Amino acid sequence: MMQLSAEEWQAVRLSLDVASRSVLVSLLPAIGIAWLLTRGRFPGRFLLDAFVHLPLVVPPVVVGWALLMLFGVRGPIGAPLMEWFGIRLVFSTDGAALATAVMSFPLIVRAVRLGLEQVDPGLEAAASTLGAGPIDRFLTVTLPLMSPGILAGAVTAFAAGLGEFGAVITFASNIPGETQTLPLAIYAATQTPGGEATAGRLALISFGLAMCGLILAEMIGRHMHRLLGRF
Amino acid sequence: MLEVSLRHGFGGFSLDAAFTAAPEGVTALFGPSGCGKSTILKAVAGLLRPDEGRIALDGEVLLDTAQRVMLPPERRHFGLVFQEARLFPHMNVATNLRYGLRRATSGATGPSFDEVLALLGIEPLLDRRPARLSGGERQRVALGRALLMRPRLLLMDEPLAALDAARRAEILPFLARLRDVARLPILYVTHALDEVDALADRLVLMEAGKVLAAGTVEELTARTDLPLATRRDAGVVIPCIIASHEPERGLTRFRFAGGELLAPLQTEPPGTRLRLRLRARDVSIALAPPGDISVQNVLPAKLAAIAPTGSPHEVFLHLALGETTMLARITRDALDRLGLVPGAEVWAMIKSVTFDHARGG
Repeated sequence: MMQLSAEEWQAVRLSLDVASRSVLVSLLPAIGIAWLLTRGRFPGRFLLDAFVHLPLVVPPVVVGWALLMLFGVRGPIGAPLMEWFGIRLVFSTDGAALATAVMSFPLIVRAVRLGLEQVDPGLEAAASTLGAGPIDRFLTVTLPLMSPGILAGAVTAFAAGLGEFGAVITFASNIPGETQTLPLAIYAATQTPGGEATAGRLALISFGLAMCGLILAEMIGRHMHRLLGRF
Repeated sequence: MLEVSLRHGFGGFSLDAAFTAAPEGVTALFGPSGCGKSTILKAVAGLLRPDEGRIALDGEVLLDTAQRVMLPPERRHFGLVFQEARLFPHMNVATNLRYGLRRATSGATGPSFDEVLALLGIEPLLDRRPARLSGGERQRVALGRALLMRPRLLLMDEPLAALDAARRAEILPFLARLRDVARLPILYVTHALDEVDALADRLVLMEAGKVLAAGTVEELTARTDLPLATRRDAGVVIPCIIASHEPERGLTRFRFAGGELLAPLQTEPPGTRLRLRLRARDVSIALAPPGDISVQNVLPAKLAAIAPTGSPHEVFLHLALGETTMLARITRDALDRLGLVPGAEVWAMIKSVTFDHARGG
């Protein structure tokens, strides 16, 4: 049986906290963007698509640096946030969640898009002839039918968010109890003499959480498809 | 009355069609695949914006490209039954049926939920998901769903085309009952002549994006200048009524505007209205009433006109029996041998008749 110290527990709890906040923040925008990319017909769709996928290919440190530029206390977004609302994102849990959200955003968008592409537009056409307007159709037909994609995206992003390192450490730094999530704690442990045991325990927990996330995503996906009458 | 006039082009195909549909009964858009009939239906439903056009129902304009008017489908209140039923897979049959009902205009009337269940025989299916229905059951539920939205006009896009022969035979009587109960204009797209015979009151004949002819089924099936006449099963459709049954002879007697016909015993009661198709190939001609002959129906007729067929060796004869016109297809050799000229008094021998489904009322 593994015994975790208070600090180690803190890192686990913080990771779960940051990952769930990041999913909550990015879910609605991801659904909107996925809709635009799948159904939208506008100039620049290609550019938007590329932009959304940037975090997958750009080094995470660069994403963290860009966030620092934008949301830093003197950045074009960070300064007004601080001044008007007293919100400081850098070096805070919220900031860690923001960095995680940006990094996992393409994962959610991709999964939601896959879900949306499985929705037969003919069903939405049928709903329109039955008297349902655009919002009504989206809520009663499109959204339920794309929900397996949304859930899969949310769970995958959550699992990936538990392990976000580069962007978080760059933007939010490595503050125990504030921004020190699991991977940051592991990294800190490996840099500390005699920290191998801590690093090992936390690595095992990371591995377990990621596995649980992926298995959960698969199970939810199957269950949803059954609910939607696809099998 | 539904008025439609449309122009639309896509991928080298152009549609240029105008027609009207009667305020009640079935108007069939009939033509080969790719003639543009489904495009017309989509435009009427509001699912397609044509390049140019005007669509109005009872004077209310739904589409007028010149005036930049285009009502979205959800504000037209037209029921649409698709070829593939398009039931919502995440809802059971009952929820599917109520989807349109809950969104119907408050003042609109129509058959009740229970009446529709009874009409279409779908009560036992209410709790099932669409994935667990047969093709025929799905199409019946789709019909019910369209009917329950209390439509002002019912549009059907080849609703039987995706079904096998047995399922078609299962649904056709339901469609006929729906037509008699619904008291709505129905625009019915099909390329199957038996569906026209069974359901249509009026016919809009289409080919390559154009309307070739429009009129009642009786009128158009009696014309020999339309593609209908080149079909193997070409022949007139005539309305008639069951006059009496003669069970001892195994025959039923039908009355039509030009006389009476005998056919094998039917199950419908006397007084039932039916339509018979008399195929031109099944009608032969004699100058004198023949004696011993197996053909049951030998009727006096007047040769009204002689018209060409697609074949140089055969002709169509237009035969007048009272008010009714009948077609016969005979060889040119027979025409010469009998010395037939317009105005001649002849005997029409009708070897067989085919029936459609009973019409209400």
